[in-house]
Order: sequence, then structure tokens, then C-alpha cells
Amino acid sequence: MPEVGEILENGKLADKVNRYRVHAPEIARRRKAGQFVIIRVDENGERIPLTIADASAGEGWLELVVQEVGKTTARMTQLQPGDVLRDIVGPLGAPTHIEKVGTVAIVGGGIGIAPAHPIAQAMKQAGNRVITILGARSRDLLIMERQMRAVSDEVHVCTDDGSYGEKGLVTDVLKKIIESAARPQLVVAIGPVIMMKFVSLLTKEYQIPTVVSLNPIMVDGTGMCGGCRVSVGGKTKFACVDGPEFDGHLVDFEELMKRQAFYREQEQQALERFRHQCRLQD
Amino acid sequence: MASELDRKEIERLQALKNKERMQIPRQRMPEQDAGERRRNFREVPHGLPPMVAVTEANRCIQCKKPLCREGCPVGIDIPAFIACVARGDFLGGIRKMKETNMLPAICGRVCPQEEQCEKRCTLGKKGQPVAIGRLERFVADWERQQGQGDVPVVGPPSGKSVGVVGSGPAGLTVAIDLRRHGHQVTIYEALHAPGGVLMYGIPEFRLPKEIVKAEVEVVRRMGVEIRYNSVIGKVETVDELLERHDAVFLGTGAGLPWFMGLPGENLNGVYSANEYLTRSNLMRAYDFPNADTPIAVSRRVAVIGGGNVAMDSARTALRLGAEKVMIVYRRSEKEMPARNEEIEHAKEEGVEFMLLHTPVRYLGDEQGRVQQMECLKMKLGEPDDSGRRRPIPIEGSEFTFPVDTVIVAIGNGPNPLVPQTTEGLEVDPRRGTIKTNLNTMRTSRRGVFAGGDIAIGAATVILAMGHGRRAARSIHHYLTTGQWEVEELPGEPAAG
Repeated sequence: MPEVGEILENGKLADKVNRYRVHAPEIARRRKAGQFVIIRVDENGERIPLTIADASAGEGWLELVVQEVGKTTARMTQLQPGDVLRDIVGPLGAPTHIEKVGTVAIVGGGIGIAPAHPIAQAMKQAGNRVITILGARSRDLLIMERQMRAVSDEVHVCTDDGSYGEKGLVTDVLKKIIESAARPQLVVAIGPVIMMKFVSLLTKEYQIPTVVSLNPIMVDGTGMCGGCRVSVGGKTKFACVDGPEFDGHLVDFEELMKRQAFYREQEQQALERFRHQCRLQD
Repeated sequence: MASELDRKEIERLQALKNKERMQIPRQRMPEQDAGERRRNFREVPHGLPPMVAVTEANRCIQCKKPLCREGCPVGIDIPAFIACVARGDFLGGIRKMKETNMLPAICGRVCPQEEQCEKRCTLGKKGQPVAIGRLERFVADWERQQGQGDVPVVGPPSGKSVGVVGSGPAGLTVAIDLRRHGHQVTIYEALHAPGGVLMYGIPEFRLPKEIVKAEVEVVRRMGVEIRYNSVIGKVETVDELLERHDAVFLGTGAGLPWFMGLPGENLNGVYSANEYLTRSNLMRAYDFPNADTPIAVSRRVAVIGGGNVAMDSARTALRLGAEKVMIVYRRSEKEMPARNEEIEHAKEEGVEFMLLHTPVRYLGDEQGRVQQMECLKMKLGEPDDSGRRRPIPIEGSEFTFPVDTVIVAIGNGPNPLVPQTTEGLEVDPRRGTIKTNLNTMRTSRRGVFAGGDIAIGAATVILAMGHGRRAARSIHHYLTTGQWEVEELPGEPAAG
């Protein structure tokens, strides 16, 4: 039997994006769409939140789709099957509110497609018509298209450079859908903050309820430190316990973007130091 | 160790009359020089050397009615352990201590003795009380230096099992006492390390983490299982724990940081004390980039609040390299809730005190980083509910000054995760604490006990331990009699 936190598979999905299959039977059994885990790679590691892209309760695994942005995520790419994450805790956060509303548009941008997957799956299972819009900078950065097609009634793909699907932004596609006969009753948008911001601005115009899933910097994930606080409708919320999903029409995205960038210098420093050490070892 | 002891001197001390004992001055504890320690995370006091401890212990006049013991929330037999130290019998001292307190290395460092045992000491009425806390720390450190200490006797298996939520001071105490009764204990800890606030809250320079780990190790050697990464209320519910345990103890602590709701409070560089201390203590951000977790690199730091957590935050900021660290407190020094020792230590290290000031807003730059803090001057009015004089803003006294880091240390509420997810568990609607009978530590839910900060709001390590002790007695009573509806435990006076 594998240990909890043991890496079962580590595969590359796109440039700087890896998919990890991790043995975590309890979390796999309990997790619901919209929830996340916090992991620590090793004894000196930081705690980072990662959304759950897929899970099998029967086989006891989770899938995490992780973009290499800092030292911890770079370190993760080196993990081999049989390596064990020092810590994995979850499922954390409030699950997505799933109900049958009619048509749901799921907008996934970049790495945000991964957490959008279980939500699309659950929305579909609840009897909704699911229209999925996937956005990526280019074709080779698009992830999980096949899995998303499997849980959607309709899939639209767009890329910034037009290398695949429509050339343009997810908001352009969403706007067309809203103005067509297929106007959704609910929009779920997960991706870069800037994308969620513009999706929310658009849907606000059309008064379509919109859920966004936020990924601010966290430490404990139990509501103890307040590092993940976000302003929602003028009130401060803790994304780890009150979220990670919030009403997109009320989120202060500008503040969130700034808060996410707070440690950028130190993150760069740690990453460069890590890469330097890796080169020395080679 | 015994060879270091001056037997002749001990004999002389032991032969002293009470009047002579009372002439011995309170012994000083050597500590790191303020100028040096303000830039490192090593522990500030060095502890008493053995003969100094013996001398200090011989100041005790062994009162017939020891009031010190009444002042101790866990009822340590203080005169008895001090008598051992006075004879140079340190092993006897630590054994006596551990009959009632299994975590003396922690208590000896973080208990507010001046408010408890030492406050009641007879010697303190005319001069300075016996340094009970330092002696407690001495015997605990002496034992650790000898290698692995005794593992307390575990009772024969009772066939009952108890789930303890949280491995802070309350949870650890409950676990130890229940093992002595032979009950099986599983501790569920939300984080990746044990100790709760002892680990994430109290800094290394006041409570080295090696000491916390060593004391937790004793708990583990008593047969207590500790499950990390178990966020009860999220990962699992209390109801699920009740399915596999005969009783559950909730010691989840005060894990909800308060903010003031001021404009600019979400700017980068504004931290809750919990976050700042967790990054530095639990995650060892002071060792960045060797440890992966970053923390702000600060020059001018304002710490809002006047409690021990504010002092810990300020002193941590200095050690992380800040040039100027200010405590901003809305009342005067007299009303500060922090221990005098902490205030003195902070001052010696160069923390500045802006008393009678309160922040009104924070101003940031383009990147959303805090740059200025606007303050209001205060004056003191009539005493309020807490008995302290109420601070009143002086109109038109606003002024701003530059800061790049703000640490909000105005207190914590009880962690809401368990109350939110446990049906039938009554909560005080105003304070958010779990309604708990403080005589029996029982909640409104059969089989569920609570203690520490989750039961009374943010308090002290030793009060939490006292709760743990009483809860263990109550749990044992419940497990052996099956009686739930009791107002008082047999054989114990009601809680004060």
C-alpha cells in the first residue's frame, strides 16, 4: 500500500504545468467540487494551497494540476512516483454550491481549467446543461480539454494567439453565448485574476450570477492567520474557510492581484537559489 | 551534575533558620545581553546554574499553609519540589513536579508566575517572592539535560478511547491525564506540528521549539497517538469522532485573528499577529531562504496592541532586522495586559512605545504596500467594564508617520470551525466560545468536553492546562459512571 501523500504519477501537461496523481484515500473520499488541499513538500517546505482537479474515491487518489511558479512548485516537478509529500491536508474550503439552475457556463482559463473540472462534472451530474469555455495563451498551454469535453454539453476553446480554437479572449466567447438563445443562468469562472475580473464585469452587465474561485496566499488554511483575506462586497473574508468561491460581482480583484504579488521578490530569490542548487547537482 | 554541587554550602543553607533564609536575596537569572539578543532568535534567559537554584530554593520557608499552591491553576506541590531542590535532589524535584505538571519546561517559561504562585508567596509580602517559575524551569531543564526523563506510569487499559482535538496546552494535558487512567487517546492536530500556540504563537527566543518537541515526545511515549493535518470541522466532524471514541475533548484554541476594520487594513505589509508569528515560528521564515516560507523584510514596524502577543511580535520584528519597531497602544503602560517581564525585555531590546495612540487608517503605494499609518492621540477617561480606564480619542489630533509593516495584535476570537459544524453544541453568541460548565468542562453535547481558549476566550497557557486537568477528571468520571448530568465533580471544589 502506498503512503498518504505518495506520488503515484507525475506527468507534464503543458509547458511548466504538471499533473500529479497523489495517494490520499481519505481526502479522495471526502472531497467535493470546489475544495482544495494544502501541501508541504519537505521539512523546510512552505504550505501551499492546491485545488483538486480530479479524484477517485474507489482508488484513493487525487489529481493536482500545478503550474511551476516558485520554488515549491519547481521542486514538485522533480518528484518521482514513490516520493512522498511531507504533508497533505484537506479537503479544505467550502464546497461549490451545486444545484440545477438550467444552463451553467464554466469558464476556465489556463491552469484554472483544472479546478473547474470537478465543478463542471458536478453541475452536469446535477442535471444542468454545461457550456464550457476554455482559454489558454496558445495551443500547447491548453490543458484537460478531453476531460472537460467529457463533462460538458458544449465546449468552446479560445487562444490568445489563435493557434487553436478561436483567436481571442474567453469574455468574447462568453458574450456571444450570453447574447444567444443559450444564455446561462449561472457562470463559474476560474483562472487568472484578470480573467475572473473581466468575466465578472461582463456578467454583471447582464445580471448573471457569477462564482469565482480565488487562490490568494495562504499559510494554515484553517482561518487562523488571515493571510488569505479578500474584500468581498466591502467586507473582509478569509478565502481558506469562507471561500475559496465568492460572488464575482462583489470581489475586489485589484486588491487580490496586489496581495498575490506581495512576496514576488522573495519568491524569485528562492526560485533562483533553487535552480542554482539544481545546476550544481547536475 | 552532583559533583558540581557544593555539599558544604548546601548543608549550611539547609541549617538556616527562617529569618536567615528570608535574608537571602532573590537570585538573578543570567540572560543574553539585550544588544546581542535583539538580533538573534536564541532564548533570552539562560536558566539558573545549579548552585544558584539551590540557593534560591533555600529562600523558601516551607509555609504550613502554602498559599503559592493555591495560586497555581494545576495545583503543583510547590513547597515539596522546592524542598528537593534545596537539598540538591533535583531528580526528586522533577519527580515531585511531574506528579501534577507534565509540561514544566513550558510552564516554567511562559506562566505569569507573578500573577499566580509568586503573587501569593509569603516572602513577597515584605520582599521578593521565591522565584518559583525559575526553579520549575530549572528542574525541567536539568532532567532534559540528563537524557530521556521518566515516562509517567500509564494506567491499565480501560477499554475506552478519547479523541482530543488540538495539541496545544489544554489538549496535551488532557491526553497525559487520560493515559494515566488507562484510556486510549488520539490527538487530532490541524497543523503539521504539535503544540498549537506553543509552536506557532510563542517565539523561539521565549520558548525554544526543541523544548516543546521534547515535552510532546513524552506524551507520545505514554502511548498517545497524534494525527497531524487533521482539521476537525473541515476534514472530519466531531460527530464522526464520536463514532470511534467514547468521548471527545475540544481544545481548539483562539484561532481567529481580530482586525479593526480600518481603511487600508488589507494592504500588503499589514499582518495579523497570528500570521506574522506563524510564519516566523512554525514556518521558520526567519531562516528564509533555507526555510521556504517568506516574511516581510521590514524597516519600520508598528505593532498594534499591548498584550504578550504584541510584545512577541515586536521582538520578532526586531530580530528579523527591522530598524524601528513601535508598540502602538491606546491606553497607558499601566493598563497594558502584557507581563511586566515582556514589556521590560521589549524595552531593553529597543522597542519603542507609542502609548495613548490608536491607528485610524493605513495608506499604501501603487503596489498596494502599506507606507503610512494615520494615528489619533488618546486620553484616559473613567474605568470601563474591564476596570481599566477607558481611552478617549482627542479630536483633531490625527497625524501620519511612515511604516512598511503593521502587525495587528489586538486579540483572537475562538476558532469557529468546530462550533460551525457540530450540531447541538451551544455557543456563546457574543463571544463565540463553546458554552462549557467550568466545573466539569462539559458542553451542551453529551460526551463532548471543552477547555482552554475555545471555552473562555484568549487566556493563558497555564489556564488551558488547568482546564485540561479538570476535563480529564471529568472525562474519567463520565467514562466510568456513564453519568452526564453532573454540576460538580465529586471530591473537587467548584472552579473559582
